Amino acid sequence: MSNRPAILAEGLHKYYGKTHALDGLDLIAEEGSVLAVLGPNGAGKTTAVRILTTLLRPDAGRAEVAGLDVVKDADALRSRIGLAGQYAAVDENLTGYENLEMFGRLYHLSGSVARRRALELLEQFDLVDASRRLVKTYSGGMRRRLDLAASLIISPPILFMDEPTTGLDIRGRLAMWEVIGALVSDGTTVLLTTQYLEEADQLADKIAVVDRGRVIAKGTSDELKAQVGGERLELTVAHKGDMDAAVQVLRLYSVGEIQTDANHRHIVVPVTHGAQLLAAVVRDLDTAQIPVDDLALRRPTLDDVFLTLTGRAAEETDEPTEIPAARPLERSAR
Amino acid sequence: MISTKDHVTQTLTPQARPSLYWTFADALVLAKRHLVQIPRIPEELIFATIQPIMFVLLFRYVFGGAIAIRGTTYVNFLMAGIFVQTVVFGSTSTGIGLATDLQRGLIDRFRSLPMAKSAVLTGRTISDLVRNTFVVIVMWTVGLLVGFQPQGNFLFLLAAVGLLLLTSFAFSWISATIGLSVNSVEAAQSAGFIWLFPLTFASSAFVPVESMPPWLRVFAEHQPVTQIVNATRGLILNHPDATTIWIAIAWCVGILVVFIPLSVRAYGRRTAR
Repeated sequence: MSNRPAILAEGLHKYYGKTHALDGLDLIAEEGSVLAVLGPNGAGKTTAVRILTTLLRPDAGRAEVAGLDVVKDADALRSRIGLAGQYAAVDENLTGYENLEMFGRLYHLSGSVARRRALELLEQFDLVDASRRLVKTYSGGMRRRLDLAASLIISPPILFMDEPTTGLDIRGRLAMWEVIGALVSDGTTVLLTTQYLEEADQLADKIAVVDRGRVIAKGTSDELKAQVGGERLELTVAHKGDMDAAVQVLRLYSVGEIQTDANHRHIVVPVTHGAQLLAAVVRDLDTAQIPVDDLALRRPTLDDVFLTLTGRAAEETDEPTEIPAARPLERSAR
Repeated sequence: MISTKDHVTQTLTPQARPSLYWTFADALVLAKRHLVQIPRIPEELIFATIQPIMFVLLFRYVFGGAIAIRGTTYVNFLMAGIFVQTVVFGSTSTGIGLATDLQRGLIDRFRSLPMAKSAVLTGRTISDLVRNTFVVIVMWTVGLLVGFQPQGNFLFLLAAVGLLLLTSFAFSWISATIGLSVNSVEAAQSAGFIWLFPLTFASSAFVPVESMPPWLRVFAEHQPVTQIVNATRGLILNHPDATTIWIAIAWCVGILVVFIPLSVRAYGRRTAR
């Protein structure tokens, strides 16, 4: 399968009764790359993952994973892929070790290999101390790590992750990103779905934006951002009279056109490395004696992508994620 | 932490064995999954036992005095009905368990693995069979404590227990089909139970069907629970009737023939939510 993409979907359609969950979805991921499928709830992300992992049959279209047809070669394909769902699909009333051993046996590893692999994965995912505890005592992040470990038992060349960080707190999310990053550097092809632009940006080589069952935009994170716009500093000055002075100060940091709204004393400044600039901006405004009511660093969200691409807000999105401004965005900063 | 490809990787290939081997091996892995959990969730087993005990006490001491049975004591008549009711009600745990697995996304994971398709179902029905065996033993003991005197010889009693376990297994597959067809654990709970009430109460389990009005009696006499109760009762009370026993077995086999394929099909199609 030299030149074949690791994941290829062409014109996938799926109906649930009258709902058209997938409406001609096309996806492609090269071997060893990370493809993020970005979209709001109900866009068809999970349906796509289920078709690619042989859980659902498409009503029309075709898909190949690792060169195997997801319908015709489903049985063979199942020993080439791993699936980490959004549910942390592990058994609550078994210990972490028992879960991994069981899944190992169900991957048809011999008893001794399954046990050894379970211990190895527990070590890798920092779950050794909890390995003899029932999973129902685990935190959300620990469950996700165990779930991911279970999907890696046979060290599959292709891994599907359906919203791997949904429901995790910031710490859990960062830890998960680190784990995914390590997998990728080991050469695993990953398809992950997410509702967060920042997550796609952080992890993926290519991003496919999905809406209503079809891809509405695709490309690298930079290409997408070129369409959507990058980070921006938004501030509200306390006095209308300070507007010009503030713009004067901020011009130093701007990488584009500064927008002002005198009525609301609102200024929007396109920036890069915004988090690193914040302190300097505050200091400069202070020096210029310009009191500020509000100052925030905003990054484009899924909503911004949708507004730009479709002219409407993303439907049914969860509340936008608040990422602490102190954490620099390495990838997007470049 | 973090490095997936290392020395173990090359040994992580599935063992090559005939698919029939995996049909059993995978089922056993999953049966073990359920069996190790029984002592970890003791309340489940306790409640599964308390309910039939309540029925024994209720019918033995509250209603029993008003029910006259020809040829034997009421408690001797009652226990066959209680045993059948116990295994039939107990079978609902199969569907509830599957609906829970479905809701938690475990069925999705199992279906993405290269394992035998039937294993999730057979694993659960087998472990539920083991669990039900335990509950039948408890009920038998409770019966003895309240005056139950089995009359049949050892072989008859063994046959009675065998028929009860076959019934348990058969009804588990109906339950599995229900559990995989509904959309929530709660629905699996009610849908799994509700149809069992007319089936167990409008039967010969607790009263002789002769006492029922004609229209109900027609139903009661011909439905499977009555046949199974009568066959069990005959064996326990030492007057086995070959025809009834064959009809009871035929019902169980018929249920299996219909519901095993139905539930396997439902399993192959269902995903979480």
